Amino acid sequence: MNNTLFGFAAGDTWLHRLSGATKLLAFIGISLIAMASYDTRFTAAIVVMSLVLFKMAHIHWRQIRLVVKLILVFSLLNLLTVYLFSPEYGVSLYGTRHLLAGSGYFTLTQEQLFYELNLALKYVVTVPLALLFLITTNPSEFAASLNKLHLSYKISYAVALSLRYIPDIQHVYHQISQSQQARGYELSKKAGPLHRLRGAAQVLMPLIFSSLDRIETISQAMELRRFGRDKHRSWYMDRPFGAADWAVIAGTGVIIAIGLSLFAVNGGRFFNPFR
Amino acid sequence: MNNKRNTLSVKTVVAIGIGTAIIFILKRWVSIPSGIPNTNIDTSYGFLGFFSILFGPIAGFVSGFLGHALTDFTAYGSPWWTWVFTTGLVGGIIGLFWKRLDVTQGDFGVKKILAYNSVQILTNFGGWAVVAPTLDVLVYSEPANKVYLQGIVSAISNSVSAGVIGTILLVAYAATRTKKGSLKKE
Repeated sequence: MNNTLFGFAAGDTWLHRLSGATKLLAFIGISLIAMASYDTRFTAAIVVMSLVLFKMAHIHWRQIRLVVKLILVFSLLNLLTVYLFSPEYGVSLYGTRHLLAGSGYFTLTQEQLFYELNLALKYVVTVPLALLFLITTNPSEFAASLNKLHLSYKISYAVALSLRYIPDIQHVYHQISQSQQARGYELSKKAGPLHRLRGAAQVLMPLIFSSLDRIETISQAMELRRFGRDKHRSWYMDRPFGAADWAVIAGTGVIIAIGLSLFAVNGGRFFNPFR
Repeated sequence: MNNKRNTLSVKTVVAIGIGTAIIFILKRWVSIPSGIPNTNIDTSYGFLGFFSILFGPIAGFVSGFLGHALTDFTAYGSPWWTWVFTTGLVGGIIGLFWKRLDVTQGDFGVKKILAYNSVQILTNFGGWAVVAPTLDVLVYSEPANKVYLQGIVSAISNSVSAGVIGTILLVAYAATRTKKGSLKKE
């Protein structure tokens, strides 16, 4: 398997040794609670915690440079559009109005700034965890972990197949795209959108039809090996749970409990410093 | 494990895997600027329409969901769950019509093209202009006018993609299949 695709880098920190199932569970749990909570203190604490974990996994800046820049641009654009569309949204959320500057439509209020700060935190909060997960989890082990979390093994196997075939199909895509361009199908900016859409269809056609053949071949091979006959299957890359795994799962549980109890403390999802 | 899960055939399992991979690649590499700034026509929705009609609702939902989740996960660090879910939903709902719009018998004429496109347009608008932005407001508390505008723009561009690319693919696929009753006894 092409392990470089998602940036997996073998290593031997305690984060690398954790089972993939644990990391997946922790990631999903924390990202759900961070998604639901609008408590600034809570999300900021999670950001700090995930940065500390990041340091522990010995990840280098060059491994994540590109993706971090992309995420920053995307978040800034989104924050800007939120402001352009409703500069007073924070006021309606928090119920008070502290004007800083401006008049008419484009006003700047403390509430809006605070709301956008929360939004920015939400955009970045899970990023270090996601990168950590991608870099420290072996893709082959990932499928085994999904099954361990009681996802049907057929679906887990489908995920394994897609991770396995993404590099292959990507390679085929580049080949087809280049040969179709050599035949004169314009895909670049020179052509209008409708032309490019048809050009794309000319690339998609061979890509998809060759993939349909691939589906046929793989499913026959799997059928010959009696895939799906039994109710369970074992995984070569399966990793048993250790003490560290249980500790991480317990830690995630505690974080989720704190997040939920903050809902009760704040009387809702929002932490409101203006009241 | 119950009996229902066992109905997931080997072919569907493989189709989900390969379909997810294709959606991932299309989302990454093949989107076409529509002429309006910052809005791209995402070709993966054309493929998703075709794929769901071919392999049915479960394959459509799972591939759409996983493909979108993987793309977001590797590009932005965290999946934007509401839209990921909507992609799955669109694939699943279009997939519900796979028996009625059966292409495997080599027949995909004007009637079926019209039927597919009405299903596709209704699903895309329901999904992108209603479900996704509503979930955004509920889950992420984003301002309503921003998300509904984004939703309507994606509804239009995704239905164009599903309409043009999806129809071309379906017609081309039907042409490769042998028609039912094409052999006659002499």
